[in-house]
Amino acid sequence: MISLEAHNLTVAYDKVPVLWDIDFELPKGKIIGIIGPNGSGKTTLLKTIMGLIKPASGYVKVFENDLDEVRQRVAYVPQRESVDWDFPASVQDVVEMGRYRKNSLFRRLTQTDKEIVANAIEKVKLTAFKDRQISQLSGGQQQRVFIARALAQGADIFFMDEPFVGVDATTETAILDLLTAMRDEGKTVVIVHHDLQTVSGYFDHLVLLNTRVIACGPTSEVLTQENLSNAYGGQLTLLSKIQSIIKEKEFPIREKGFEKR
Amino acid sequence: MNSLLEFFSFTNPTVRTVVLGTVLIAVCSSIVGTYTYLRKRSLVGDVVAHAIFPGICFGFVLSGSKNPIYLMLGAILAGWVALILMDAIVAKTKLKTDTAQAFILTFFFGLGTVFLAYIQKSGSASQTGLHDFLLGKAANITRFDLAVFGVISLLLIVLVITYYKVFKLISFNEDYAASLGYNVRFYRFLLTTMTVIAVAVGIQAVGVVLMSALLITPAATARLWTHKLHRLMLIAGIFGALSGIFGAYVSFTAVNMPTGPWFVVFLTFFAILSIFVAPKNGILSKLKQKRNNANKINQENVLKTFYNLIERGVEQITTQVILEKRSFIPRVLESTLSKLKHQGFVDRNGSVYTLTEAGWDEAKRVVRLHRLWELYLTKRMNYKDDHIHGLAESMEHIITPEIEKDLLKELDYPTTDPHESKIPY
Repeated sequence: MISLEAHNLTVAYDKVPVLWDIDFELPKGKIIGIIGPNGSGKTTLLKTIMGLIKPASGYVKVFENDLDEVRQRVAYVPQRESVDWDFPASVQDVVEMGRYRKNSLFRRLTQTDKEIVANAIEKVKLTAFKDRQISQLSGGQQQRVFIARALAQGADIFFMDEPFVGVDATTETAILDLLTAMRDEGKTVVIVHHDLQTVSGYFDHLVLLNTRVIACGPTSEVLTQENLSNAYGGQLTLLSKIQSIIKEKEFPIREKGFEKR
Repeated sequence: MNSLLEFFSFTNPTVRTVVLGTVLIAVCSSIVGTYTYLRKRSLVGDVVAHAIFPGICFGFVLSGSKNPIYLMLGAILAGWVALILMDAIVAKTKLKTDTAQAFILTFFFGLGTVFLAYIQKSGSASQTGLHDFLLGKAANITRFDLAVFGVISLLLIVLVITYYKVFKLISFNEDYAASLGYNVRFYRFLLTTMTVIAVAVGIQAVGVVLMSALLITPAATARLWTHKLHRLMLIAGIFGALSGIFGAYVSFTAVNMPTGPWFVVFLTFFAILSIFVAPKNGILSKLKQKRNNANKINQENVLKTFYNLIERGVEQITTQVILEKRSFIPRVLESTLSKLKHQGFVDRNGSVYTLTEAGWDEAKRVVRLHRLWELYLTKRMNYKDDHIHGLAESMEHIITPEIEKDLLKELDYPTTDPHESKIPY
C-alpha cells in the first residue's frame, strides 16, 4: 500500500541542486517524518511534492497518480511563518479556505461546507476563538488554524511543513492527538520536522534526508547511529564544491532528454 | 460660498460629470489598491504610475489627440513593459527588487518627461493639458472621458467582487492556493493587470506623481477600522470617494489648481484622523482604555482598603482613616469615593462611609484575587513571602472571572493565604 512515490527526483533551488536524484516510497496510513539537517532539502521536497517547485528531473506520484488527478485527496499545511498573520481575516475565514474549489469560483459555501468547517475548528479546539482576528492568536493557535484548514479539505494525505515549530505544549499535545486520530482513520500524514529528540515519539516511519535519501523505513530501523552520522555528521565538502560551481557557471543539472526518466 | 452651493447641489452638469468621474476613479483605485496593499506591493503601484507616463505621451503622439482610449492603451502597454522589465531584472541579474523598482521608475518617468518636452516643442495645438497627467486635473474630465473611465472602473469593481474569494486566498497564502490547484500565475497576472488599468484611470484624477497614494492610503486607513476584508474594501472605497469629491471641489473652484495634491491632502487627513479616532487601534481609544484602567485600579484599591479596615474592626471609616491605612492622593480618593457611591458600592453619612452589600461583595472579590495570587506565587512559582505582595497588588485588577475559576481549581479552593489571612468567598 503506497501513498507516495518519488522517482529520480532532482530539484534545484535558486540554481543550486538541493535534492539529487532521490527515490523513495511512503506507506499508507502512517505518520511519516521527513528529517534531516538544515538545508538538507526537506521543505524543498515538500514543495516539490505539492507542485510548487518544478523538479529538474524525475516525478512524484501520489496514490499512483499525478498530483493534478488526486488534488482533492491531498492537503498542504505550509510553514506558519510563510504568511502575514496581520491579514484581515478571522479563524473562520481562514478555515473556510479549505473548502474553496478551483472549479467553483462563484459557489457560496453550502450548509455541509459550514458544518465541515465548524467540525475542523472543533477538532483543533479553537471553537471559542472562531471569530477572532488571526493576528490576535498565539503561535500555537495560528498553527492549529492552518491544520484545521487542511482538515476542512477532507483529504486522505496531509503534508505539513514544521507544524511543531514555536508552538506551546497544549498545541503540541493537541496536534499529536489529532495526528493519531487521523492515522487511525487511515489517513497518511507526512511531516517535515527538524527536532531529532522528539522523532521516535512522533513518527511511525521516517525519511532521513540530506541532499540524497540516507534511509527510509520504519522509525526504529532508520534511527541508527550510522544513518544519523551519515546525515548529520560532517559536510560533504566535495558535493558542496560542485554545487557552488553549478551555481556560479549555471551548468544544467540534467542534460537534455533526461528529464522524465 | 456660492461655489460651494453650486458644487454640492450637483445642478451644474459639468460638476456632475466631474464628481461622478472622480468618485468612480477613486472608488475603483481604492478597491483594487486594497489588494496591492495587502500583497505588500505598495511600491509596485508607484512604479506603474510613473512608468505609465511615457505611455500616455506615446499614445498621444501616435493618435495625435487626447482621446482617452488611445492614451489608456499607451498607458497600459507602458505599465506592462515596465513590470516585465522589472521582473526580468530581478530574475536575471544580481539586483534586488528595490533597486529594480527605483531603476525602472526613474527611467520611465525620465523618458516620459523627455517625450513631453518633445511634444510641447512640436507645437501641436491639442497638446495643451497633457502635463495635467503629472498632477491630475479632475475638472478637465469630459463627458466622453467619463463614459470611458466609468465603463472601465465598473468593470474592475465587478471583477474584484466576482473573484473576491480567489483574490483573498491568493493575497493571504499563494502557496496554499497553488496546492488547491488554482492557477496562481494567472490570478497574479489578472491582479497586476487590474492594478495597471486602475492606475491608468486614476492618474486622470491625481496624476502620475501622487497616484500610489490613491492606491494605498485608502486601504491602509481602512485597515485601522476593520479586521474584515469585505469591509476593508468598502471603507477604503468610501474614504477614496470622499477625498475625491473634496479634491474635485477645490480643483473646480480654484482656477488652475491641480486635483492630485488636494486629493492626497484629504486622503492623508482621513488617515491621520483615523490614527486618532479608530476603534481599538486609535490613539484616543487607547488613552480612554488607559484612563478606564486607572479608574478601575483606584476603585478596587479603595474597596480593598475598606475590607482591610473592616477586617480589623474599624467602624467609623472616614477619608482620614482611609488615608492613614493606605496612601492616596486626597483629591483622587474623593473622586473615587464619589464614583463608588454613584455605582452603589458605598454609602455616605456625614463624613462616615459604609460599604453597601454590593460594595462588600466587590471588596471581597478584590481581596480574594489578591490573596489567591499570593498563594499561586508561593506555591507554583516558588516566590519568597516578602516578594509576593507587590506582584499581587497589580494582578488583582487584571484577573478575569475565568482565570479566577482556573486559579481556584488549581489551588484546590484554599482557605488561607501565605500570610495566614483568611481568603474571603
